[in-house]
Amino acid sequence: MELFLQQVFNGVMFGSTYAIVALGLTLVMGILNIPNFAHGHLYMIGGYITFFFMTSVGLAYWFALLLSVAALGVLGVLMERFVYRPLNDQPHINAFIAAIGSLLFLEALALVVWGSQGLRIPNPHPQIFEVGGITMSLQRLLVIFGAVGLITALHLFMKKTIAGTTIEAVAQNREGAMLTGINVNRVSAMTFAISAGTAAVAASFLTPIFMLSPSMGAILGMKAFVIVILGGMGSIPGAILGGYILGLIEALGGGYISAAYKDVFAFGALVLILSIKPTGIFGRKED
Amino acid sequence: MFTKPIHTKLLYLVILAAALFLPLYVPDPYIFQIVTMSLLFAIATSGMNLIIGITGQASLAHGAFFGIGAYGVAIMTKAGITFWLALPASALIAAFAGLLVGLPTLRTRGSYFAITTLCFGVILWIVAGNWIDLTGGHNGIFGIPRPSAIPVPFYGEIPLYSQAAMYFLALGFLLLTLFALYRLVYSIFGLSLMAVRNNEPLADSVGVNTFVTKLVSFVIANFIAGLAGGLYACIIGAVSPSAAGYMMTFNFLIFLILGGMATLPGPVVGAFAIPVIMEFLQFMGDYRMLFFGALLVVVIIYFPQGFVGGLRLLNQKVVARRQRKISESGHASR
Amino acid sequence: MLRVESVTKRFDGLVAVQDLSFEIVAGEILAVIGPNGAGKSTVFNLITGTLRPTAGKVFISELDITGLRPYRIASQGISRTFQTTSLFDQLRVIDNLMIAYKWRTRLGFWNTLFHTKTFKADQATAFQRAMETLEFLGLAEKSHQFIPALSQEEQKRLAIGIALVSQPQILLLDEPTGGLIPEETDRITGLIERVREQGTTVCLIEHKMQMIMGLADRIVVLNYGKKIAEGPPAAVKTDPAVIEAYLGGEVDA
Repeated sequence: MELFLQQVFNGVMFGSTYAIVALGLTLVMGILNIPNFAHGHLYMIGGYITFFFMTSVGLAYWFALLLSVAALGVLGVLMERFVYRPLNDQPHINAFIAAIGSLLFLEALALVVWGSQGLRIPNPHPQIFEVGGITMSLQRLLVIFGAVGLITALHLFMKKTIAGTTIEAVAQNREGAMLTGINVNRVSAMTFAISAGTAAVAASFLTPIFMLSPSMGAILGMKAFVIVILGGMGSIPGAILGGYILGLIEALGGGYISAAYKDVFAFGALVLILSIKPTGIFGRKED
Repeated sequence: MFTKPIHTKLLYLVILAAALFLPLYVPDPYIFQIVTMSLLFAIATSGMNLIIGITGQASLAHGAFFGIGAYGVAIMTKAGITFWLALPASALIAAFAGLLVGLPTLRTRGSYFAITTLCFGVILWIVAGNWIDLTGGHNGIFGIPRPSAIPVPFYGEIPLYSQAAMYFLALGFLLLTLFALYRLVYSIFGLSLMAVRNNEPLADSVGVNTFVTKLVSFVIANFIAGLAGGLYACIIGAVSPSAAGYMMTFNFLIFLILGGMATLPGPVVGAFAIPVIMEFLQFMGDYRMLFFGALLVVVIIYFPQGFVGGLRLLNQKVVARRQRKISESGHASR
Repeated sequence: MLRVESVTKRFDGLVAVQDLSFEIVAGEILAVIGPNGAGKSTVFNLITGTLRPTAGKVFISELDITGLRPYRIASQGISRTFQTTSLFDQLRVIDNLMIAYKWRTRLGFWNTLFHTKTFKADQATAFQRAMETLEFLGLAEKSHQFIPALSQEEQKRLAIGIALVSQPQILLLDEPTGGLIPEETDRITGLIERVREQGTTVCLIEHKMQMIMGLADRIVVLNYGKKIAEGPPAAVKTDPAVIEAYLGGEVDA
C-alpha cells in the first residue's frame, strides 16, 4: 500500500511537470497548427539558464527562475519570428524540418556551453517530510503546487484578460481574427513567449530533483506531443488531464511492471489511442 | 551549366566510371570505409526521399526501419542464416512494420503522422537498448559475419570478404535502388505520389486513393531503409541502438534536405557531401551540430530545393534566358 | 441518371441543406442557382463524397453512392471542378491530366516497377487521352508547361479538362466562369456545350444569369438550403419565389 501511495505521489509530481510542458505545447499548436518539435529543447535550455543564474551568477533560486522565464520568453519570440513565421505558407513538412534543425541547434548549444555530463542544480528546498508512509521532499511538493498555481494563473489569463482571449480567438479562427484587426503576428509571438516561459518554469521546478543534461529535453518533448495529441491539439484541459494521466501511468507502470520500459508506455498508448480515435480524446473533428 | 540532357547523361557516366574504378585509387582504408558508408546512407536517404520528398508525408521513423533491417540481419546471420536470405527477409520485416505503423496513422493529419512515426522510432530505440536477450541491449550485437560467397557457374565463387567487395556490394544495391526509384518516380504511379503531396483533396476527387498511395509509398521507403540497414550490419560488423535511433533519422533528414528533396540525385549528393563536410569540420567538435542545425533551418526556409534542386532551378533560368535571347534576336539555334 | 433524395446536411446546429431532392437527367445541362450561401457547393460536396449527408441518399443510375469517398465516386464516372480553381501546381499541364486518367488504368506499383507490357500500353493510352483532352480544350501547345505559365482562364479550362479526361458520365462544374471577363465566359460556355455534344451530362453552379438562361436545359433554384423552384429557364425566370429570393436581381455578367 505504501509503495502504491508513493508511486501515486511521484506520478502526480511528474504529471504536474508533464501538464505544464504539454500546456505550453498545446498553446502553440492551437495557434500554429503544427507542433513545435523543439519544445522539449526549450525546456532543457530553461533548466540550464536557471542553473547558470544560480551557480555562475550566484542568484537565489526564485530570482534565477524568473530570469530564466524571461530569457526563454525572448527565445520563444525569436523562434516564432525567425523559424516558424517564414514558413507559414509552406507545406507543414518544412516547418517540421525547421523545428528539427532548431532542436539540433539548441542541443548543440547546451553541449558546447555546459558540456555533456549531467549537472545538478543545488536543491533550494531539500527538506523532507514523511506523511502517511510517503516520503515527500519539499521541492517535489513545490512542483505539484507550483504547477497548480501556474495552471490556475494561465487559466485566468486566458479567460479574463484581453491578451488571453485574443490568443483563443486567433487559435479558433486565424483569418477571422485578422479581419477584426488583431495583429496575428504579435499574438503568435506572445503565445510562443508564454509557451517557452512555462517550459522554463517546469524545468526550474524539476531539475533540482533530477539532473540536467543536453538530451533531457528530447524524450520529454516527445511525451509532451503524445499528451497533446491524446488530449486533442489545442485543448488546454486535454493537455493538463493527459499530463497527469501519463505521469500516473508511468509511475505505476514503472513501479509495478518495468522500470526500463517506463518510457514506452507513453508512446505505446499514443499509437493505440490514435488508432481508435484519430483526433484525440478532446480533439476537434478536422475535415 | 548543363543545359542539354546529354550533358547530364555524360556526367552520370563519368561518375559511374569513377565509382567503378574507385578501389584502385582510394588512398586508405579509412576513406574507403567512409565512402562505403556514404553509399549505404545514400540508399537509406533515397528511400526517405520517396516518402518525404515525393509523397510529402513527414515520416520521422526512417532510422527505426533502418535499425530493423540492421538488427534483422545481425540476429539472423549470427544464428546461422545466410546473409542472402537474411537481407531480403529483414527488409521485408521493415516493410511490414511500416505497414503496421502506417495503417492507423496515415489516415490522420500530417502532424499526427510525423509525431507518431517519431514516437515509434523512440519506442524501437528503447526496445533495442533494453531487450538484452534479443538485441544485446546497449552493447548491441557484434561479430556479424560477412556475406557468404556468391557461387558463379563454371567459375567457382566470388568471395565477399574484402573491403572492396563490401564497397561493390553497397554500390550495386545503390544502383539497383536508384534504378527502381527512377522507374517508379518517372511514371504515372510517381505522378500519383506527387499529386498527393501537391493537392490531396484534388487527388482524391480525380480517383486517386490517397490513403493507399501514401501507405504504398511509406512501405516501399521503409523496405529501402531496411535494405540499407541490413547492408550496414554486415559491412560494419556490429549494430547497436544508435543504428536505430532518432539521430539516424535526423542525419538522413539533413542529407536529404541539403542534398535536394524530391530529386533523385539529391539524396546521393547529400549522403556523400555532408559526411565529408562533417569530417572536415571535425576540428569544430561539438560546434558542428550548432552549424548543421542552423544550416538546416536556413536551407529549409530559403533554399528548400536543396543543392540539386537549386542547380536545376538555375539551369532552368539559364535555359529560359537563352531561349528568350534566341527568340529576340531571331537567330536559329546553332 | 443522378438522383439526390431527401438529402440534409447539418453542421453543429446550422442546416446547410434541407430535405433536398432533385434529379439530373442523362444528356442534359442542369444549372443549380441561388443566392450566396444557399448551399449549392455543399450539394456538390455531398454528391462527391467530400461531405457525408446527415440524412438522405444519392444515387447514380440507381446505384447508392451515398457517403462514398471521393475517389470511389470518381471511378463511378462522376467528376467535378471546384469553386476556387484547384490544380496540381507543382506539375506540368500534361501531368495534371494523366493523373486524372490514372484510375482508368492498371498503373500500380508492380506494373510500374517491372515496366510490363500493361504498363507501357496504359502509359501510352493515358498520354494519348491527355493530349486529346488538351486539343479539345485548346491547350495542346502548353502541354509541357508548368501551371504558373497559364492565364486564369486557361487554368479554369485545364480544371475542366482534369475532370473530363477520364471520360465521366457526368460533370459537376462549380462556378466555372467565376472572375472571368465576358469574352472568357463565352469561351467557357462554348466549351460546356461541346462537352454536352460529346455525350457527357453536365450540372453546373453559376451566378451569371444571362449565361445560364442561354445554356441550361433545366434549372434548380436553392435558397437557405431548400429547393424553391425547378424547371426550364423560362418558367424559373418568372417564378415569384425565385424573384423574391433574388431581391434586387443578379448582376448580369
